[in-house]
Amino acid sequence: MINNTRTSHEIHATPPGDLAIWFFIFAELLAFGVFFVAYAFARAHNVELFNESQQHLNRLSGAINTLVLITSSYFMVRAVAAIKQGYSILCARWIASAIGLGFVFLAIKMAEFHEKFSAGISLSTNTFYMFYLSLTLFHFMHVILGMVILAAIMLKARNGSYSPANHTGVETGASYWHMVDLLWIILFPLVYVIR
Amino acid sequence: MQFQSQAVAKPYFIAAIGLFVGQILFGLIMGYQYVVGDFLFPAIPFNVARMVHTNLLIVWLLFGFMGAAYYMIPEETETELFSPKLALLMFWIFLVAGALTIVGYLMVPYATLASMTGNDILPTMGREFLEQPLITKVGIVIVALAFLFNISMTVLKGRKTSISLVMLLGLWGLAVFFLFSFYNPSNLVLDKYFWWWTVHLWVEGVWELILGAMLAFVLIKVTGVDREVIEKWLYIIIAMTLITGIIGTGHHYFWIGTPEYWQWFGSVFSALEPIPFFMMTVFAFNMVNRRRREHPNKAATLWALGTGVMAFLGAGVWGFLHTLAPVNFFTHGTQVTAAHGHMAFYGAYVMVNLAMISYAMPMLRGRTANSGPAQTMEMWSFWLMTVSIVFITLFLTAAGILQVWLQRMGSTPLGFMAAQDQIMIFYWLREITGFVFLLGLVLYIWSFFCKKGEAQTAA
Repeated sequence: MINNTRTSHEIHATPPGDLAIWFFIFAELLAFGVFFVAYAFARAHNVELFNESQQHLNRLSGAINTLVLITSSYFMVRAVAAIKQGYSILCARWIASAIGLGFVFLAIKMAEFHEKFSAGISLSTNTFYMFYLSLTLFHFMHVILGMVILAAIMLKARNGSYSPANHTGVETGASYWHMVDLLWIILFPLVYVIR
Repeated sequence: MQFQSQAVAKPYFIAAIGLFVGQILFGLIMGYQYVVGDFLFPAIPFNVARMVHTNLLIVWLLFGFMGAAYYMIPEETETELFSPKLALLMFWIFLVAGALTIVGYLMVPYATLASMTGNDILPTMGREFLEQPLITKVGIVIVALAFLFNISMTVLKGRKTSISLVMLLGLWGLAVFFLFSFYNPSNLVLDKYFWWWTVHLWVEGVWELILGAMLAFVLIKVTGVDREVIEKWLYIIIAMTLITGIIGTGHHYFWIGTPEYWQWFGSVFSALEPIPFFMMTVFAFNMVNRRRREHPNKAATLWALGTGVMAFLGAGVWGFLHTLAPVNFFTHGTQVTAAHGHMAFYGAYVMVNLAMISYAMPMLRGRTANSGPAQTMEMWSFWLMTVSIVFITLFLTAAGILQVWLQRMGSTPLGFMAAQDQIMIFYWLREITGFVFLLGLVLYIWSFFCKKGEAQTAA
């Protein structure tokens, strides 16, 4: 096990990773934020419909997926800690585990979509399902994009392109992956649980 | 001018400005028809004047983009153009085809033009902005393919920069989305649905990539700021453009028979469309403030800064004004749309083309920058055109708000024409302002022939 207490006490003058990813993360959070506000607005006008439709969502698979993503984010923390100590291969392995859990998330989500689509539910079923499907599908695509970014970083790490002195790339990918996780942590209670 | 083959850009720029003059003249004719309905009737009916006004705009912007590509790409790739001869041949084909199309619009009734040009074989005509006869559309595809071949081959054999890749992506996107103009389903909803894939995905998608690349090129040249910095900005801007712009197409799908979820998709995503435009403004000013050289072409710098500001106002702010579904419920297809259209097209695409022409034309004529007096004249033209478009936009916005109020709200709404009578004053003001715009354009052209002062040859 690698001790990462050293890194946790480091103070960053700038956000970790490339500054550009933070502009991107900000824009992504804004897009989701507007969608969340729209959800709240639409729900306020139609509380009964939202509460009724919410009953039919699979909260268990949502909860499992929450754990899956949080664990995956933890693996990315380990990956960053590993590269800070100069362990390239270990870093690549942690990233691979994070990507693996990404696949688990996608599989569970697809089973959930399959169940809904087989029941004849679509974007036009009602306003709640419109939000449920578009928010989760939109997030689904971000998980895929995050996995692509992580895969690119994993390959570079395996080739030994990162070092304790130069590992901005790993932090950049980790930042994006944490954002994908964060969005789900808001999305899950908002759409599946709160009523 | 660093490469001989960049010279092919010159005829493209000259043709662009020539057609721009035509566009403004027809705009003035049409603006007058708004207040005196039978002006020039039956020689040039309103619908024909409108078609010529909008088609000339599109064609001259395309000439500008192509000229810009021919100028930028050799310098970016550090190699001569793949085939300057092909570029010149395509110039003449495009110019003649464009001119014949306009003559066709003006000389024969539209229905006759349609039957003369084989519209019954594959009906594509009669749709706003895509009115061109089938043969012209096919011609556009051929010219675009030859152009893309030429540019892509140049990029392939030379240095690959972010600017040339973004420009290439934009230009290929432009060609691909034009193909939807050949798809004309008989279901009116589907027709409109895919019509926007050309119209919206051009101006709120791939054209923005072209805009970003052209602006970045001019800024690198006039500020001397590191390419790395400018490229990072460019990537963030185009990522935001595509995220917001593609699904933002939904803001055209309100109340036309498409599923209701488009009201949410369209509102949410297009509400974010001003962000990339705002970033472009910050980007332009930031780069000019961090400039590492004093480029003698002050006029080009002014146009580049103006593009950032006016694109944000016209496309960003005036677009946001009526993009939310509950607002658009009232403003759909009113003068508010016309106000937005005028400032957005001018602020984004007209100005970036003028910035590029302003930067490149002196180079193409063997000097770094025009003389001081010539530049002063050009800056006057900048302010005349920009201020008059601001006023045209404000007058049309006022007209639009009143139109919505009189025609669509209140307890006794007026009919369309009765409402138009009530807002006539704004159409008069718009027309008068239009002449100020024309004056600005004449000065712009005049500045190229200004003999006073010494042209600057050293950077």
